[in-house]
Amino acid sequence: MKSRFTPLLAGLVLAVSSLTVQADEVQVAVAANFTAPMQKIAAEFEKDTGHKALLVFGATGKLYAQIKNGAPFQVFLAADDKTPAKLETEGDTVSGSRFTYAIGTLVLWSAKPGFVDDQGEVLKKGAFKHLAIANPKTAPYGAAAVATLTQLGLLDAIQPKLVTGENISQAYQFVVTENAELGFIALSQVMADGQMTGGSAWVVPSNLHDPIRQDAAILAKGRNQPAARALVEYLKGDKAAAIIKSYGYAL
Amino acid sequence: MLSEANVAAVWLTLKLATITTVILLIVGTPIAWWLARTHSKWKGVIGAVVALPLVLPPTVLGFYLLMILGPHGPIGQLTQFLGWGVLPFTFAGLVVASVFYSMPFVVQPLQQAFEAIGARPLEVAATLRASPWDAFFTVVLPLAKPGFITASILGFAHTVGEFGVVLMIGGNIPEKTRVVSVQIYDHVEALEYAEAHVLAGGMLLFSFLVLLALYSRKGTSTWK
Amino acid sequence: MTFDKAIHARFQVAWPGFNLDVELRLPGRGVTALFGHSGSGKTTLLRCLAGLERQSVGSLNFKGEVWQDDARGICRPTHRRPLGYVFQEASLFPHLSVRKNLDYGRKRVNGGHKVSLDHAVELLGIGHLLDRMPDRLSGGERQRVAIARALATSPELLLMDEPLAALDLKRKSEILPYLERLHDELEIPVCYVSHVPDEVARLADHVVLLSEGRVVAAGGLRETMARLDLPTAFTEDAGVVIEAVVADHDETYRLTRLDFPGGSVVVARRQESLGRRLRFRVHARDVSLALARAKGTSIVNLLPATVVEVADADTPAHVLVRLDAAGTPLIARITRYSLDHLGVTPGKSMWAQIKAVALLG
Repeated sequence: MKSRFTPLLAGLVLAVSSLTVQADEVQVAVAANFTAPMQKIAAEFEKDTGHKALLVFGATGKLYAQIKNGAPFQVFLAADDKTPAKLETEGDTVSGSRFTYAIGTLVLWSAKPGFVDDQGEVLKKGAFKHLAIANPKTAPYGAAAVATLTQLGLLDAIQPKLVTGENISQAYQFVVTENAELGFIALSQVMADGQMTGGSAWVVPSNLHDPIRQDAAILAKGRNQPAARALVEYLKGDKAAAIIKSYGYAL
Repeated sequence: MLSEANVAAVWLTLKLATITTVILLIVGTPIAWWLARTHSKWKGVIGAVVALPLVLPPTVLGFYLLMILGPHGPIGQLTQFLGWGVLPFTFAGLVVASVFYSMPFVVQPLQQAFEAIGARPLEVAATLRASPWDAFFTVVLPLAKPGFITASILGFAHTVGEFGVVLMIGGNIPEKTRVVSVQIYDHVEALEYAEAHVLAGGMLLFSFLVLLALYSRKGTSTWK
Repeated sequence: MTFDKAIHARFQVAWPGFNLDVELRLPGRGVTALFGHSGSGKTTLLRCLAGLERQSVGSLNFKGEVWQDDARGICRPTHRRPLGYVFQEASLFPHLSVRKNLDYGRKRVNGGHKVSLDHAVELLGIGHLLDRMPDRLSGGERQRVAIARALATSPELLLMDEPLAALDLKRKSEILPYLERLHDELEIPVCYVSHVPDEVARLADHVVLLSEGRVVAAGGLRETMARLDLPTAFTEDAGVVIEAVVADHDETYRLTRLDFPGGSVVVARRQESLGRRLRFRVHARDVSLALARAKGTSIVNLLPATVVEVADADTPAHVLVRLDAAGTPLIARITRYSLDHLGVTPGKSMWAQIKAVALLG
């Protein structure tokens, strides 16, 4: 009985394993602000390595909750450094795999050309009704915006004009629809291929706030997955770095 | 038990819901009346537009409101022309958004009430020398009272529970646009679960009581 | 002058599957019954008179006043027409007491109250109901209140749409006397929609017969009901209405004699005192014919009559024979066989044998 089925079983195992080798995929959870560069990087990655990266975009906090509840992600690109660190201490990552893949650049931006000067003097003049930021309690860019205003000694003066988006995308939405004249957002949101997409901006000097580190890590489900390892290595490579920088991130 | 910020959010929410409900009763009554009476080919279109917030994700509504009410949107241009500025990030803006968002919850019960009354009482009133307006106030309004109560409760409760739209156009400003639901969301996101519990539990209790009141209300007089 | 005292109506209503097209002259007083089967358009016509039918096109001249003339763009809305309307269902306002229901229309009338509230209340016998709410009333009481409410507006025209149709037999007989009092005591013209011949026979002075949206016949009650040229829909129930006076009571046999111009009939003892007017109906199917006064028959009511005309009945085996009994019309439904056998032709003198009469009231 057993002998009759052994070859069949062996054939099945072979077929299944060859299937996984053929379609060597990696499932990646990506912070929403990194959407555009990651799509480009994934395309290059596929071309160069033959592996396929399946991307899921979302807010870092939501992705964290999904990972904790069994989502099948193998690599996680967060919008901050706290969340990957938390996952690491909780044993949900491959230890030692955590690294900073990009440093976010905070920018004061307006959809109107010439509204924001390149020194940020517009903040001191206060000739605006609304300044949009992301929620400083939950979004790293929001926290950096508040830190910047504090550092400039303008927080109390501007506080009544602050409108808060739940995340950086919503803050951008407020500004791009000109419901808020200007706002602190991520440079990556208004930059593509090394160019500003429009409006006027002041790139906030990095000494005004703590660096906005965006960390990545291989998750427990990516352990022993060559494609996951390959993607992480690819992110650290020159090609990826060029793309990341072209979207206004530092490294 | 409630922090100052939470009290402010609760107060703001109640104010928003009250004003929205009053406006909706004024605006919704003629719409519901028209929908209940008309044979126009536009009935379907208007009915569907009114019902849209029932099925649309609030973010969609919020997104479009942000565009329309914004400085480049048609309503935004109108409000600027009138010297009112633009509505997003203001309490008035929240009221406008809430009116759209809660519209079906007021219009539909009213429409059902008007349809249930039918044309007969108006005809009777006309044969008793009452003009259409006279008949509306002296016959239709009293007969539709249960419908008005249902509409008010649902409109109020739904506005209290509003979240997505407020998030999109409110800008989360304390005492102006930070309502309870947004406050809860912030607490949860910031892992301030104790604060969140107070508000979320209160909201749960409130919603339950509202629905309890609604479902245990006895049907009053029906037309015979 | 007579023109000015009448109601002239001309209406057209076109709906999918139904057309109303009528031209009418209604007398300015008395009860006119709009009579026909369901779907004949009688309610629609009544609603046109009231101005409730938005899609009607036509004209309405009420005793010289133009209420509607669509050709000239004139159309008084319902609430500006001095009329009372009683709907098939009582349609009282459920949120108002009986008193407030009565006041609703009365308060909105300016000027003279030809019918006082007290009179209307007394006429309909609802004095003890004034403080009740409509849901505490029986069906008959509700309809009486509705009639009083219409009267309390002192209408110049009273329109009634089968006010008894929703009621059972007992309630009907409770209301009919009140309607008869209306008829006797009020001067205002009444249009009364009905599909029940006995109701029409009892209440109406004039009849308009409607069928499929057209006027088939119109005229005085007795003449119209005795016509033979009506569509079969009406001849199934053919018969005549006779108005008589209570002439004598026979206590031995418990009988009452009713006299009318063409003779008299004897019926079971009635309560009415001598001299009271009573209407009764003689169905064609209850009248047989004989060449000579029958002897040795149990039929008591035998009247000499002259054959006026013969017409087809509702079955090929039967014919309708119209007779004249000294001025009172009668209709007999006999077989075609008997017609030929007895040689019934116009002008022939015969004896009508009345098997039964239906007293109205």
